[in-house]
Amino acid sequence: MSQLAPLAVAVPLLGAALLIFFHALMPRIAAELIALAVATASLVMTLLLLIHVGHGLTVYWFGGWHPRHGVAIGINFAVTAVGAGLATFVTLLMVLALVYSVRYLDVRQPYYQVLMLTFMAGMVGFCLSGDLFNMFVMFELMSVSAVALVGYKIGEGAALEGGLNFAVINTIGAFLFLLGIAIIYAHTGALNLAQMGAALRHSGDDRAVVVAFTLLIGALLIKAAVVPFHFWLADAYAVALTPVCLLLAGAMSELGIYGVGQVWFTAFAGALGSHVHVVRAILVGAGLLTALWGAGMAMTEDHLKRLLAFVTISFVGVFLVGVGLLTEDGVAGTAVYVLADGFGKALLFACVGIVQHRLGKVGQHRLHGRGRRLVATGLLVTAGGLLVASIPPFGPFLGKSMIDDAAIKVGYGFVPPLVALTSALCGAAVLRAAARVFRGWGAVPRDPPDEADEDTEPETIEPHDRTPATMFVPAFALLAGAVATGVWSGLPDLAATAAHRFADFAGYHAAVFRTPRHLGPVSSGSPEWFDYLYGSGATVLAVALAGLGLWGERLLPGWRRVSTAATALIRPVRDLHTGKIGDYTAALTLGVGILGVLLTVSLA
Amino acid sequence: MSIYPYVVAAWLLGAGLWGVMSSRNYVHLIICLTVMQASTYVLLLSVGYVSHGKAPIFADIPTNSVVVDPVVQALSLTDVVVEATIVALLLALVVQANKRFNTVDPDAMTRMRE
Repeated sequence: MSQLAPLAVAVPLLGAALLIFFHALMPRIAAELIALAVATASLVMTLLLLIHVGHGLTVYWFGGWHPRHGVAIGINFAVTAVGAGLATFVTLLMVLALVYSVRYLDVRQPYYQVLMLTFMAGMVGFCLSGDLFNMFVMFELMSVSAVALVGYKIGEGAALEGGLNFAVINTIGAFLFLLGIAIIYAHTGALNLAQMGAALRHSGDDRAVVVAFTLLIGALLIKAAVVPFHFWLADAYAVALTPVCLLLAGAMSELGIYGVGQVWFTAFAGALGSHVHVVRAILVGAGLLTALWGAGMAMTEDHLKRLLAFVTISFVGVFLVGVGLLTEDGVAGTAVYVLADGFGKALLFACVGIVQHRLGKVGQHRLHGRGRRLVATGLLVTAGGLLVASIPPFGPFLGKSMIDDAAIKVGYGFVPPLVALTSALCGAAVLRAAARVFRGWGAVPRDPPDEADEDTEPETIEPHDRTPATMFVPAFALLAGAVATGVWSGLPDLAATAAHRFADFAGYHAAVFRTPRHLGPVSSGSPEWFDYLYGSGATVLAVALAGLGLWGERLLPGWRRVSTAATALIRPVRDLHTGKIGDYTAALTLGVGILGVLLTVSLA
Repeated sequence: MSIYPYVVAAWLLGAGLWGVMSSRNYVHLIICLTVMQASTYVLLLSVGYVSHGKAPIFADIPTNSVVVDPVVQALSLTDVVVEATIVALLLALVVQANKRFNTVDPDAMTRMRE
C-alpha cells in the first residue's frame, strides 16, 4: 500500500506529460475528461493512503534504497495522517476546480489542464515528502505551475504583474530555503528529516542551527504569505482564474504553514526545544499580526477577489497561531480549521466566479444591487460569510475552538478574543459585500470603484444569462464539505490522533528507520461553554459590523466619526500595498532580518 | 574550512537582493535573481568541499580516494534545473509585458494600472 504515496505524485505528472504529447489529436472535451480522470484517480489514491496510514506512518523509499544503520541513503516519502489528509483535501479541491472550469473560455487546452495537474503533483508531493530537499523541489514545482496559472490571462496587465510579483517573491523564498538546507546539511550531514532531527537532538542550539531555522521558516512564511511577506498574495489571487483561486486560497497558502509544522516537529524541535517558548511567542505574534492585518484590509477592499485574498491572508495568520503554539492540540485545531475554512473560502471564490460569469464584474461598487436575481448565489455567499465568522456548530467554529483551547493551555489567554475579532471582521466584510451585491442594501460606497475592476471581463463561455451546473454543483459540494466538517463528530478525535502522530518525533524516527511502534487513538476535548460564546459572539459581531457598514450613518449618530477614524487607521497600512516588486522585496528582507534578530537575541 | 566562501555567498545574496529591490527593468531584475541564485551554488559547493578531494567519479580513481561530497553537487544540479524553469517563465512573462504594454519597467506597469 505504501506505493500509493509515490503514485499519487507520479500519476498526475504522467497524465500531464501525456496530455501535452497527444493534445493535437484530441478535442477540448477529451483533454478535460482525461485531466478530471487523473485528478479523480489521485483523489482515490490519497484517500486510500490516508486510510492506510491511519494512526501510524507510511514510509516509502524510492528505488528500494532503504536506510542502513540509521543513515538514510535514499529519498523517502514519510506520510503522516496530517500530510495524507492535506493531500486528500488538495486532490478533492482539484477535482471540483476542474469540474468548475469546464465552461472557461480562456483555458486554451491543454496547457491549463497540464498546469493544473503539475500544480497538484507539487502540492501532494510537498505533503508527503520526508526529505527536506525533496520538499524544496516540490515547493518549486507548485510555485512554477501556480505562477503560470496566475499569469494565464497574459492580455491583462494586472495578471502579468501579479504573476511576476508572485514569481519573484516566491523565488527569493526558494533561495532562502535552499540556503537553509545547505547550512543544515553542513551541520548534520542529513537531508532526511528523521535523520536530521536525530542529529540535531544531539547538537543543541548552535548558531548555524538558528540561521538555518530562520532561513527555512522565513521561506515557508513567504509561501504562506504571513505579514510582512504577504504582499504578493493579494496581487496574484486577485487576477488568477477563479478555479485556480479555489486551489490557491483553499490549499496552497496553508501548505506553507504545514511546512512550518513539519520542519519544527521533525527536525528542529530537538535542537531548539529548550527555547520553545521563544519560538512560540514569535510565531503566534506573527500569526496574530497577519490575522488582524488581513481582516482590516478585507474590510476596505472593493474588488471581491482582493477581498477574499485578504480573508485568505487573515486565516493563514490564524493557522500560524494554531501551529505556532507548537503543541499537538494546536496542530489538531489547525487541521480541522484548514479543512473547514478551505471549503468555505473555496466556496466564496466559486461564488465570485459565478458573479463574474453572470454580471461580468467583481467590484462591489459596480455590482451594487445588480445581483438581485442571483438568489441561490447570494444565499451561498451569505452562508460562506457566516462560516468565515465561525458560526457554531460548523467546521470553522470547531477548528477555532480547538485552537482557542490549545492557546489557553499554554497560557495564551489573549488569543481567543483576537481570533474571534478576526473572524468577525472577515465575516463582516463578506456579509456586507453579499448585502450590497445581492440585495442592493446600503448606499453605494463613496470611494471610487477599484480600477482593477475596469478591465474585468467574464472568464467563461457564453451564454451569461444562466449559471451552468458545472459551476453550481462544485459550489454546493464545497458548502456541503464545510457543513460536514462541523457535523461529523469523529473529526476532532481523528485530527487529535493525527496531530499526536505529527508531533511525535520519536515515533516518526522509529517508523522511518524501521522499528515501528504501535500507537493508539487519542481523543480530543469538545468545545467548552466559552467557545460557544466566542463563536456566536464573533458571528453576531460580524452581522452587526456588516449592518453598520451598510447603514451605520443612519443607525448610529456617531458612526461616521468612527468609520472615518477606522479608515484613517487602515490607510497607512493600505498604502504599503504598492504593487512594486522592489518594495515587496524590501519588506521581505526586513521580515527575515527581524526574524533572525529575534531568534538570535532571545536564544543567546 | 575557510570562512571565505561564506562571505562570498553572503555578498552575492546581498548584492542580488539589492538589485531586485532597486531594479527599474524586469530583465535586469531577473538577472539579479540569478545573482542571488549563484550564492546558493557557492554555499552548497563549499559545504561539500574537502581539501585536495577529487571529483566523486570512481571510474578512473581508486575507490578509497578522498573525494568531495557528491550530494551537494547533485543538489546544485537540481537547483540549476529548477531555477532555469523559473527564469524561463519569468522571461516569458516579461516578453509578454513588453509586447502588449511596451514596457519592461516594473514601476511603469504599476502606474499603468492606476
